[in-house]
Amino acid sequence: MSTSTRTGPGATPGAPAPAPAATGRARRRTATSAGERHSTAVRVLATGAVAVATVYFLMPVWWMVVAATKSSTSLFTTPGFSFADPQLLQNLRELSTYDDGIFWRWVLNTVVYSVVGSVLTVLVCAACGYALAMFEFRGRKVLLGAVLASMLVPGTVLAQPTYLLVVELGLNNTYAGVLLPSMVYPFGVLLCTVFARSSIPVELLEAARLDGAGELRIFVAVGLRLMTTGLVTVLLFAFLGSWNNYLLPLMVLTDAELMPLTVGLTGWSQASITIPGLQVLVVAGSLVSVVPVIGVFIALQRYWRSGLTAGGVRF
Amino acid sequence: MSVVPLPARRAAGRRPAARRTGGRHVAPYAFAAPFVVLFLVFLVAPIVLALWQSMFRQRAAGGLGFGGTRQREFAGLGNYVTALTDTGFTSGFARVLLYGAVQVPVMLVLALVLALLFDSAAVRFGRFFQAAVFVPYAVPGVIAALLWGFLYQPGVSPIVGGLTSLGVDVDLLAPGTVLWSLANIALWSNTGINVVILYAALQSVPAEVGEAARVDGASEVRVALSIKLPMILPALLLTTLSSIIGTLQLFSEPNVLRTITSNITSDYTPNMAIYTTSTEAQDPHLAAAMAVLLGVSTLVLSLVVLRISNRRNGALA
Repeated sequence: MSTSTRTGPGATPGAPAPAPAATGRARRRTATSAGERHSTAVRVLATGAVAVATVYFLMPVWWMVVAATKSSTSLFTTPGFSFADPQLLQNLRELSTYDDGIFWRWVLNTVVYSVVGSVLTVLVCAACGYALAMFEFRGRKVLLGAVLASMLVPGTVLAQPTYLLVVELGLNNTYAGVLLPSMVYPFGVLLCTVFARSSIPVELLEAARLDGAGELRIFVAVGLRLMTTGLVTVLLFAFLGSWNNYLLPLMVLTDAELMPLTVGLTGWSQASITIPGLQVLVVAGSLVSVVPVIGVFIALQRYWRSGLTAGGVRF
Repeated sequence: MSVVPLPARRAAGRRPAARRTGGRHVAPYAFAAPFVVLFLVFLVAPIVLALWQSMFRQRAAGGLGFGGTRQREFAGLGNYVTALTDTGFTSGFARVLLYGAVQVPVMLVLALVLALLFDSAAVRFGRFFQAAVFVPYAVPGVIAALLWGFLYQPGVSPIVGGLTSLGVDVDLLAPGTVLWSLANIALWSNTGINVVILYAALQSVPAEVGEAARVDGASEVRVALSIKLPMILPALLLTTLSSIIGTLQLFSEPNVLRTITSNITSDYTPNMAIYTTSTEAQDPHLAAAMAVLLGVSTLVLSLVVLRISNRRNGALA
């Protein structure tokens, strides 16, 4: 995984301690003064401790990369952390053809649930947060209170009741049955409210109104644009939420053609008790689905890091 | 700080002004509407529906499971009594509480130590290590459980294999150890995000505060514990709360590991009991009662944590 990681300009050997390239707003101390505080022994010790932790965090990922290249016999007969007759391409081909290529159907479904779902979620959250932050209206306090209170109601507790409701609405075994419930994201509304307050100057809205711009246009051209950093944060967390979603789709969906990766792969894992060849496909499928997400996350970390600093921690 | 529009002040007398101020009064409702509708339909309505459903039971009249129309009768609190006297369900609660009492503190201490190390700038290649620590968070809990499942299985796991060759016999899926194997998966998955949140909080602690203490001769450890730690307590509270909530919801990991070990029963955690009752036992009413009980206990536990921390740090509340 580390290949796609940029270590950043501060991390060149010999340079002072790597300063995180977060927003300047968040960083109050200079890298040099911080670096000089520590003796070499302390730095070696600290780096060593973190390196040990890193081994723990990367070890299963490394195992996955290695295991995804093995044949189903060498998965059990060769040492787990080292390559043996890599045949990644053959495994991927098998992954793509097994059960009429249903794996890629799951990938497509996951993209619909996670990517499309999180973009819609962000728009819904951004509009509501913008309203809460920039307008005074009747019911505003009630809405804000409801948003705060509902953050204490965790999603998975709602899974069974939501399932009941989805059945009542006739949405079981449809995309909408998974997509719509996952779009309720009170934490996202709260973050958007905080971001809107801190990043949109009221004067700018007033000026736009004087120029005759409509409210929707002001929201899109001024509001959304100024909230971008915050919105990327909300987008990533909304994405991870639906990317992680398991219990609700497991209940709502019965048709394999509609399942996301999480449900599909665990189904394979259960079936692998009787079909041994499936185990390698489970690992290869995990690799294919996880790697792009890790890549996107690391590539965008500048955004969500500063987003968290600016908004998430302050309330 | 919300903004109070002052429509009367400006633009008075200009023709389009009336329409604009009109739009301004409607706008906040229009912006909030999509969320409010989704919120009412998919958050409030399920809660109401669950409360309603939990007070009925299916009638067993005639003993015909299929074919006929669904018959149900009012059960009052009967389902709640059934749930609370079901030892499988209640011991699931005890199990996740025990699990959380160990997993949450271990994870938060580890996250805090890592965040403090990153913040102290004593770590070289900090950005690389931070990204590495965060990588597991991008792996869905289910896939994390699948991967660790392989690493726990004697036939495949290089860890079990390595320990065996060293003469250490371990069974990571035994009745006594499997709970901690599950805790390890959660530790692996969630430490990263907590490091990120705590690190972000540490970054906003003004450097001058620490400098002053250092001039007075305080050690780095002392500065970390007595100055930085109190200043990031709100962030620590946030991470504690969400970790506790996550603990009670435990489902994906045990449900995945169930396929490789018989030591995880179908009602191993409250959420698994709800799922089993709803699907295998086909009793949505009892499952709804269980979900309500789980929701209420989560809420109570969250409020207790908030209360304790508010009392301890009145100034921060």
